[in-house]
Amino acid sequence: MGQALILIALLVVAGHAVAEPIAPTRQQALLHLLKQDCGSCHGLTLKGGLGPPLLPRTLAGKDADALAAVILDGAPGTPMPPWRPFLSPEEARWLVDRLREGVP
Amino acid sequence: MRRFAFLLPMLLAATAWAGEPRGTGDLGIVVERAAGRVQVVDTTGRARLATVPDLGDLSHASAVFSRDGRFAYVFGRDGGLTKVDLLEARVVRRIVQAGNSIGGAISQDGRLVAVSNYEPGGVRVFDAGTLDPVADIPTPGSKVVGLVDAPGQRFVFSLFEAGDIWLADLTDPKRPAVTRWTGVGRQPYDALITPDGRFYLAGLFGEDGMALVDLWYPEQGVRRILAGYGRGEAPLPVYKMPHLEGWAFAGRRAFVPAVGRHEILVMDRDTWTEVGRVPVQGQPVFAVGRPDGRQVWVNFAPPDNGTVQVIDTETMAVVKTLAPGPGVLHLEFTPKGEAVWLSVRDADRVDVLDTRTFEPLARLPADKPSGLFFTARAHRIGQ
Repeated sequence: MGQALILIALLVVAGHAVAEPIAPTRQQALLHLLKQDCGSCHGLTLKGGLGPPLLPRTLAGKDADALAAVILDGAPGTPMPPWRPFLSPEEARWLVDRLREGVP
Repeated sequence: MRRFAFLLPMLLAATAWAGEPRGTGDLGIVVERAAGRVQVVDTTGRARLATVPDLGDLSHASAVFSRDGRFAYVFGRDGGLTKVDLLEARVVRRIVQAGNSIGGAISQDGRLVAVSNYEPGGVRVFDAGTLDPVADIPTPGSKVVGLVDAPGQRFVFSLFEAGDIWLADLTDPKRPAVTRWTGVGRQPYDALITPDGRFYLAGLFGEDGMALVDLWYPEQGVRRILAGYGRGEAPLPVYKMPHLEGWAFAGRRAFVPAVGRHEILVMDRDTWTEVGRVPVQGQPVFAVGRPDGRQVWVNFAPPDNGTVQVIDTETMAVVKTLAPGPGVLHLEFTPKGEAVWLSVRDADRVDVLDTRTFEPLARLPADKPSGLFFTARAHRIGQ
């Protein structure tokens, strides 16, 4: 059982390694995109605009994968566009994590 | 005399370029949105004159001007309304009038400033002199977009969620008389008024087409124009909402950004029917006419926001494609259009270009510049 857990942990780590960690320069580019381009609709400080606020308290309790899916594929019937052409799923998920902990 | 000697350096510090009386017709502001500052600029000398800080969150900030051209009213995303004295380069008064606002307008007589709000919605009207509240027009459950002034001391605006257009007559500022048109179309996202103040057009995000009101005959109601301009094609994703201010007229032709299409739509302004489309590089954000109407300059949503294209309004063809730098957010012509100013956000620069030769005339440093607003707007209807 313990061995199985270790194996799973190793696989998870390996899986992330295969997906490649997000390089620091790319992280900067993603934060820039978050502020400047997401900020067009959600506000530069992410407190909302035409789009809803993206603050930790407004995202609390929402499923991280579902949020990443909205980033990647948009929200039909609203102005939220799909960002998949510009972001990998890992990058979308990384942005969700940053939003949930609060972007400085 | 001693008192005067004491005052003089203060005056010099506040108005470093002054020294003698000066007009305001060639002044303007550059919004440095992340820094919460505006620069006061001179479009004749192509220079920054001063910086005014402490304007709050200026994402999506816009401005209108008092009709003497001395004061800018800056509308910030944080609900702030700031009155800036361009000559003394200082904040006269700043109020936070809502949680989240999107823009504003100044009345025909210059005495009222109206602000459109996302949170809690509605339009609030203030005394242009004091910024004291005058009237409040709530729009329950709807964000307000596309607020413009119209002749007859009126304001016109659209309700994003409700799909309404409202016309508010503030002849008696304490008792606005509001006419409401409901169900004009899905998700009006911005609007414009023709330079003569007669026609108000709301762009629709939720469907193809625009909603038109003839303010000479408001009793005729709202008419749908350009219905179905997408003709069933799946719209392309929109990475930044188009703006409809500053649209372009050349003779009978009007040029507006399409939504979800990499096109500028050309309409005949007598019949309000489509007479052409100009393919462009990306999703247009602003399509602004040079004051003489011969050219339309277009910038784009990401990922094409490093490009600017120029359309000849006679041939309806792109005659120039420019690459000023990453993140071209806004453009503004000098009052008679010999030059255009471009804010190049990611290069921290404002570029001034000759509109005939497309050659650079000046480059000014600015901290993440966004909106550019010149005092010539003071004398235009709808701005």
